[in-house]
Amino acid sequence: MTSSSQEDGPVRPRPPIGETIIGAGVLVLAIVMFWQTMSIPVSPIYAKVGPTVVPMMTATALGLLGVLLLIDAWQGGWQPEEEKTVKPDRAALLWITAGLVLNVLLIGSAGFTIASIILFVCVARGFGSKAIVRDALIGAAFALIAYFGFATTLGINIGSGWLESAIEQVIGVEGS
Amino acid sequence: MDAFSQLLNGFAVALTPMNLLWCLVGTTLGTAIGVLPGLGPALTIALLLPITFKVEPTAAFILFAGIYYGAMYGGSTTSILLNTPGESATIVTALEGHKMARNGRAGAALATAAIGSFVAGTIGTLGITFLAPVVVDWALKFGPADYFSLMVFAFVTVSAVLGSSAVRGLATLFFGIWLGLIGVDLQTGQARFTFGLPELLDGINVVVVAVGLFAVGETLYVASRYRFGKDEIIPLSGSLWMTLEEWKRSWKPWLRGAAIGFPIGAMPAGGAEIPTFLSYYVEKKLSSKPQEFGKGAIEGVAGPEAANNASAAGVLVPMLTLGLPTSATAAIMLSAFQSYGINPGPLLLQSQPQLVWGLIASLFIGNVMLLVLNLPLIAIWVKLLQIPAPLLYAGILVFATIGTYGITQSPVDLILLYLIGGIGYLMRRYDFPAAPVIIGMILGPLAEQNFRQAMTISAGDWTVFFTRPLSATILALAALALFGPKLYQLAMRPKPDHVPGDA
Repeated sequence: MTSSSQEDGPVRPRPPIGETIIGAGVLVLAIVMFWQTMSIPVSPIYAKVGPTVVPMMTATALGLLGVLLLIDAWQGGWQPEEEKTVKPDRAALLWITAGLVLNVLLIGSAGFTIASIILFVCVARGFGSKAIVRDALIGAAFALIAYFGFATTLGINIGSGWLESAIEQVIGVEGS
Repeated sequence: MDAFSQLLNGFAVALTPMNLLWCLVGTTLGTAIGVLPGLGPALTIALLLPITFKVEPTAAFILFAGIYYGAMYGGSTTSILLNTPGESATIVTALEGHKMARNGRAGAALATAAIGSFVAGTIGTLGITFLAPVVVDWALKFGPADYFSLMVFAFVTVSAVLGSSAVRGLATLFFGIWLGLIGVDLQTGQARFTFGLPELLDGINVVVVAVGLFAVGETLYVASRYRFGKDEIIPLSGSLWMTLEEWKRSWKPWLRGAAIGFPIGAMPAGGAEIPTFLSYYVEKKLSSKPQEFGKGAIEGVAGPEAANNASAAGVLVPMLTLGLPTSATAAIMLSAFQSYGINPGPLLLQSQPQLVWGLIASLFIGNVMLLVLNLPLIAIWVKLLQIPAPLLYAGILVFATIGTYGITQSPVDLILLYLIGGIGYLMRRYDFPAAPVIIGMILGPLAEQNFRQAMTISAGDWTVFFTRPLSATILALAALALFGPKLYQLAMRPKPDHVPGDA
């Protein structure tokens, strides 16, 4: 770059940290892949085109691309200007992440419907909805319709808990 | 006219009441998810993959194809009324279509989009009818080495050529190939990249990846910037009946759009963005009123919408004849074929004529249904746009969970889904394309299979890919597609880079 752009040009808004992390992440993934591929035993019969040839090629390519991404990052990053100016809404992301984590933790023990209601409420909250009771009711209706819809039409039994069993007993629907 | 009589047989299959019903369900569902922001055909078909255990293949593919075509129609409604392109292929439609809606001509914009989609979709489907048998004749000469090279070519074009950056496109492609390699190697029985988790021995389900990227990742991305800028829905205004002048200005762009879209879609490179941009550019050049472009020119809606639908039809040609998917949706459809134990490829037309010709015939029928669904019934779809975002996205995530957890009831799948969703969010934010992940994941293992077959036939001689004329030509084209643009840039760069200022 010319010297004039350094004098009166704008100060770079922020260093491309995100891009650097992504480039490094791709590189680390490639290294892990190499290491994992090494541990795959190769029988001599398949020595020429065994199970490791394509994984090795993939790891090499990803490693190379990781380096290229890092170079791109150090040259100022590649994120579009429009993305740089928008600061992600942390609170919204946290609400949704909390909903997802609670869903994983609860779906086995509390059953699909309860876990879904909590997920539904958390996501709606992340999008700015404050009507928790209304969201919970809509979420419950949605989850129950989906549960029994899947159970009856596709014969798929999504994890049932006490709520589903209770409803099945009351209305006599076979869940599986 | 062999193709013609085959097609008549196809109509006999598609016109049975049950298959007509599947087609109606598919086109209706497709329009709905096309209209709704945040939902797309790849995601919907992925969530419906369990249906392949329940219904026969013809019905399932009629349903999937209806969703695929329907989403193209529905997406234009959202672009025109909301200015939020549901898919990258409808970005151009939003340019002129939204301006027309603001000027009180939403009706005409929706009409030219729907009729143009119908015209181009029908031309495109005719194109499949006559092109598919030709490609099959040619593809029967392919050996494993040629197939591998063709897949390499498709990899290069879908990831490196069509996106904004070759490096980022290829990075996501190889990430997808890696995801596809996870699990037991079918040839030797060795576990690869399973990290000791027995759940990963069967490989990662493509549903988990598609739903993670397109539902969870997309929801996180939309949420992260939701409070900035609310979308404003423009009410339906103006007559749906186009005036004589609007017809006059629309019919040529429809035909030109179809002529641009179908061949590009049918190339083993795919991509619906390039034909729409190309059509927009052509219409702007040819228009007698170029000054209207940017302010709501009807040609700028008619042409790109037609190009978009014709290229969607074109994508089905390499998918059905070569087993080569060039879009995320086509890749998911390919995995549906695999779930039935059917291998799409040149032999498909002979081994499953009922399925293929029934599917093609149903595309013609679906286009007629979609025209009815999207013009007289448009007011219903506009109502869908009024679903509040909190409820819409909460519903999407609950549904994503059902679709994933329902298959295996494995918490590992659910954790993977959310992890991939997080990766999808970062990819959106840092401008990585998502489709190459799905294509790499589905096509990667097939490429490996062909690679190993070719190497076995050649007794381990690597030069086989360069000594077979066909394979060598395709690889040369792939190299040209990958490095050509870069070399051209280097050669044509006399002046220094623009220094970006934010004045």
